Amino acid sequence: MRFIALGYLAVLIGLPVVLIFWRTFEHGVKPVIDSLSDPAVLHAFRVTAIITFWTVLLNTVFGVGIAILLVRHTFPGRRMLNVLIDLPIAVSPVVVGLALILVYGKFAPVGGWLDDHGIQIIFSYPGMVLATMFVTLPLVVREVAPVLEEIGTEQEQAAHTLGANGFQTFRRVTLPAIRWGLAYGVVLTIARSLGEYGAIAVVSGRLIGQTQTATLVVDERFQNFDQTTAYAVAVTMAFVAIITLVLINVLRPKEHS
Amino acid sequence: MADATATLSRPLFGRRSGLRRLNTGTAFGVGLATLWLSLLVLIPLGAVVWRAQEDGLASFWDAATAPEAAAAIRLTVASALIVAVINAVLGTLIAWVLVRDDFRGKRVVDALIDLPFALPTIVAGLVLLTLYGVNSPVGIELAYTRAGVVVALLFVTLPFVVRTVQPVLLELDVEMEQAATSLGASKLTTFRRIVLPNLAPAISAGTALAFARAISEFGATVLISNNLPFKTQVASVYIFGQIEADNTVGAAAVATVLLLIAIVVLFGLDLLQRWAARHA
Repeated sequence: MRFIALGYLAVLIGLPVVLIFWRTFEHGVKPVIDSLSDPAVLHAFRVTAIITFWTVLLNTVFGVGIAILLVRHTFPGRRMLNVLIDLPIAVSPVVVGLALILVYGKFAPVGGWLDDHGIQIIFSYPGMVLATMFVTLPLVVREVAPVLEEIGTEQEQAAHTLGANGFQTFRRVTLPAIRWGLAYGVVLTIARSLGEYGAIAVVSGRLIGQTQTATLVVDERFQNFDQTTAYAVAVTMAFVAIITLVLINVLRPKEHS
Repeated sequence: MADATATLSRPLFGRRSGLRRLNTGTAFGVGLATLWLSLLVLIPLGAVVWRAQEDGLASFWDAATAPEAAAAIRLTVASALIVAVINAVLGTLIAWVLVRDDFRGKRVVDALIDLPFALPTIVAGLVLLTLYGVNSPVGIELAYTRAGVVVALLFVTLPFVVRTVQPVLLELDVEMEQAATSLGASKLTTFRRIVLPNLAPAISAGTALAFARAISEFGATVLISNNLPFKTQVASVYIFGQIEADNTVGAAAVATVLLLIAIVVLFGLDLLQRWAARHA
């Protein structure tokens, strides 16, 4: 049985990973470095980094907030909120892009109003951040909420009776307690944000040198027969993915491992 | 990765944990959360469904059943079903090997299971195309075929069943199996009657997630399928094409169909888990 499992994994995962590294460095390291030094490619990496930064920041803040809301408070509609948080998992990235265009596009109700005031969402950073936030919405919440449930409220109640206000309690009691679950959620969010393709492909307009992300570069260069650059960027992302993979496995909550 | 679908059926109103303050703080938090979710998720998704029927229900039906659209939906659902079944079997097998077996490099293999989640889908697609494309180094050409689509989907859905079954297997009490064996049951019988019923909820949860992921997948399939209408075009690629052609009604129609399928699957899974919990 071990051989079936390992054989399947070797063919499905192992072969592709080995191949991508082999194909990229087939002609040496220099073509790879040259491709990666292309200004458009470097800009794309920067775009990816900026989007990931904002997505992680915003989704972490709101993720922790929503987790606290779900676990520590009761209110009408709590079960519905819980279900809705998971909704992004079931939505195709392309549908995410379509959804955002229909609301925030220039000819759409909200988007048109914003456009009149000089704020552009689609084909610009805000839209790309929104799209990435959509697909990563549940990640932080689903890692922090169980930890909040597990640690219980005794420490927080103790802090409260000793005179700490809400913010102090959060900063000194809650936050340190959830930090590993939070770290795991953040790493998952980073991995997902870096790799987002479908939704970004729709909302960004794929403008080379402006709204192109690293994942879009892979596709565009491949379609334009610049395989060297496509592979170079792909390998870079695979390398980053492997690093996040290590982090994921180190930070994974112990009961899962 | 936390099991999202399991959370759906986790009893929220069971344990009265936490400080219960229905005061302005909570109300503010709920208001903010609702605003956040509305702006980001609810209104945009609602807009998709709205757009799909904006030209009338007849137009929606026509768009959803147009030959190319219908072919894409059929291929997507069929491939997702095949992939779900393969994952249910092989995913469980892999989880079993990772939990019950021991060999050198097991931890590395365990870590690699998450690679499809950490790797950008377009990179996966490019790699798979390189491996099974026209100049395939292993001599297998799957590009522009339905088998290629299935392989791409198998790649991206790998972690789902494995990661939902593993924790359950870890907590399983081996004494029951040992008792069965000492009473003369064969390994297969033990597995079928003792282990499998305990694993069934986890396997079905992971399989449903894999299915939902498979019908939505875009990046991994868009390259290897080469987007051949009627042959290898999956629903998400079709939707993308319609958006590019500025036919948002057509795109929204198929998108709504996909959303409905996903909701049915996840809702069905929630019901199944609640039924199983009551009859356990």
